[in-house]
Amino acid sequence: MRRVAPFALVAVGIAGATALSAQTRAPEIPFEAVDALGGFPNDVHLGEVAGVARNSRNEIYVYTRTGDPTLSLGTSRYMSHFGSRVFKFDSRGRYEREIGQDIYGAMFAQQVRIDGEDNIWIVDRQSGQVIKFNPQGRIDMVLSRKPEAMGGAVAAPPRGGGAGGRGGGGGGGRGGATMPEGESFNAPTDVVWDSQGNVYVADGLARTRIAKYEPTGRFTTNFGATGTGPGEFANIYGMQIDAQDNLYVADYGNRRIQVINSQNGQFIREITGVGAPMAICITPPPNQVLYVSNSNPPDDLEVGGEIYKVRLDGTMIGRFGTVGKRIGQFGTVNAIDCRSENDLLVAEVGDWRVQRVTLRATE
Amino acid sequence: MSRRTVCGPILAGILALIAAGPLDAQTKALAENVPEIPMQAVEGFFKLPAGYYFGEGIGIATNSQGHIYVYHRSGDTRLFEFDGDGNFVRELGQGLYGLEMAHKVRVDDEDNIWVVDEGANMVIKFNPEGRVVMVIGRRPEPTPPGGNTQVPPTDNTGPNHKYLLARPTDVTWDTEGNIFISDGYFNHRVVKYSPDGIYMGQVGSGQSGNAPDQFSTPHTIASDAQGNIYVGDRGNRRVKVYDSNLNLLRMYENVGNPWEICISRGEHQYLFVSNSNPDSNPAASWDITGEVYKMELDGTIIGRFGEAGKEPGQFQTIHGLDCRNPNELYTAEISAWRAQKILLADRPVSQ
Repeated sequence: MRRVAPFALVAVGIAGATALSAQTRAPEIPFEAVDALGGFPNDVHLGEVAGVARNSRNEIYVYTRTGDPTLSLGTSRYMSHFGSRVFKFDSRGRYEREIGQDIYGAMFAQQVRIDGEDNIWIVDRQSGQVIKFNPQGRIDMVLSRKPEAMGGAVAAPPRGGGAGGRGGGGGGGRGGATMPEGESFNAPTDVVWDSQGNVYVADGLARTRIAKYEPTGRFTTNFGATGTGPGEFANIYGMQIDAQDNLYVADYGNRRIQVINSQNGQFIREITGVGAPMAICITPPPNQVLYVSNSNPPDDLEVGGEIYKVRLDGTMIGRFGTVGKRIGQFGTVNAIDCRSENDLLVAEVGDWRVQRVTLRATE
Repeated sequence: MSRRTVCGPILAGILALIAAGPLDAQTKALAENVPEIPMQAVEGFFKLPAGYYFGEGIGIATNSQGHIYVYHRSGDTRLFEFDGDGNFVRELGQGLYGLEMAHKVRVDDEDNIWVVDEGANMVIKFNPEGRVVMVIGRRPEPTPPGGNTQVPPTDNTGPNHKYLLARPTDVTWDTEGNIFISDGYFNHRVVKYSPDGIYMGQVGSGQSGNAPDQFSTPHTIASDAQGNIYVGDRGNRRVKVYDSNLNLLRMYENVGNPWEICISRGEHQYLFVSNSNPDSNPAASWDITGEVYKMELDGTIIGRFGEAGKEPGQFQTIHGLDCRNPNELYTAEISAWRAQKILLADRPVSQ
């Protein structure tokens, strides 16, 4: 049998993958990891864990791809339902309850974030929606609308004109050359808020933009475009904001984090040497630091996998972790919760779990 | 030119058609005058609670405690556990993201339960408590809204993709805990992974074919106590035996189309091969398929039992077979939506 050494495969990966081991000189940060979540009812299982976030009481929310994504038959079109769920755990990681059971927009989990008032915001890539729950778990605000029908079985009706635009047809209507106004998200990936409560949504994949809303949900403006220059992006997988209201955008395809002025959309600086950033998290003030994962693609266990700890100015503090399925290894990290600097929660798409990672303090 | 050389290519052509075509073209196994082993079905063995039903019986496996797992296609694909008396114990993996279209369940030496799902394209390992502890492969992401549903990404992953499977069929392990997956309907290969799920190699050209190292739908896989890997190469009507480095050792070509194979545990291991009747059930198929062969690991046929049919004690397209105890078998059958317990005599009745 042909055996291929893993190290040879890293070289092979250069051609096809973007997630290379990037910053080999970063010092290793010692850490311990355990399976973070338990106490599940018999009929509750995690699937691909896209998001994990703690609230101010250290209660844990997880947004996971699970259950049965379903197409149902309509008149010459398919309606889609299900596929993702939001679970709540106590501060020790014991299962408490589900919120948002069977809601219309939970189909392909992409992220969960918790704001300063402990509201829970989920981002769904398939329904194209951002949904805000209040701390009691009731829906408080919805951004964007799920397409009425999915798939290309029926030719999309002509776009433009007509109320509802994209919504009424066979799922067509997204795409096109001009940047959409408002909430017609293409494939949203993350959400953050500035100190005034304005909302920023990374409409992250394909036709890339950052959309800004007033706290009320009224559209303000778009930043960015698809490309490689300053202020341009090639698939945004994550976004954070610091205490000075600067946005940190995980510009995955360009292998950099771009720092953007949230007030005017202007490029400030970039952080490189952290691979292809997927999951990103900034710790609370003061002394904010940034964690970023050079996640392996979900279909490749031989590249990437490490997580970097850097200062907000981009200087390297260290790295930890490798790709793999064992506890203490990482499989396509899609979210990091860093409410506590050295006590992280790491959510993995590849391994269907959340790990609690305790880092040795670095400074 | 002898008659044989004229017929040879024609015969080869017919066989090629059989290999490539639908399985209702299945033909009679080559082995002849195989003695019958007496058998008896235990009727009403599996007791389902009210509101629970079997769908297509796809996989069945026992653990060391005699509990029985049945993986079947119901409204959703479901995994049921029964105790050794056939009483329903619990359901595993309710609502799990990876249970979509059952293809096999197997239990390893530590009583972990592994399911192979040809809809999610995944192999999922449950610990004995019924919690997921490892996954291999990945369920395809949904087509984007407005995307083209005519392009199923799962069929285009390619036969050389190390971490994506395309309608996988079965799983087994060698003595080191390495994992072998028959990847199945599209890639026609067997892939070897380390116990941690790292790709280690594969055999099979990626194309359906009948050369020695090719497969035509490797449909079932099992291992013996030496760590040899047995592959039911269903479309090619043969069972292929590999060592754990995937070197071909030998082939058994006389027991029909292996829909399912099973190797018993214990000191003296036996190989069971089911030449299941095709699921489309053409009338003529019932006369020549549906039987199961009991063999020595070296391929010597000990006897056969069973026949195609819908009555208890007959078989309706065996897709899962458990033979931990070679005299006490469990079957899961596609076309009858059932599982059966079968008591089998040790050997054929002497003539």
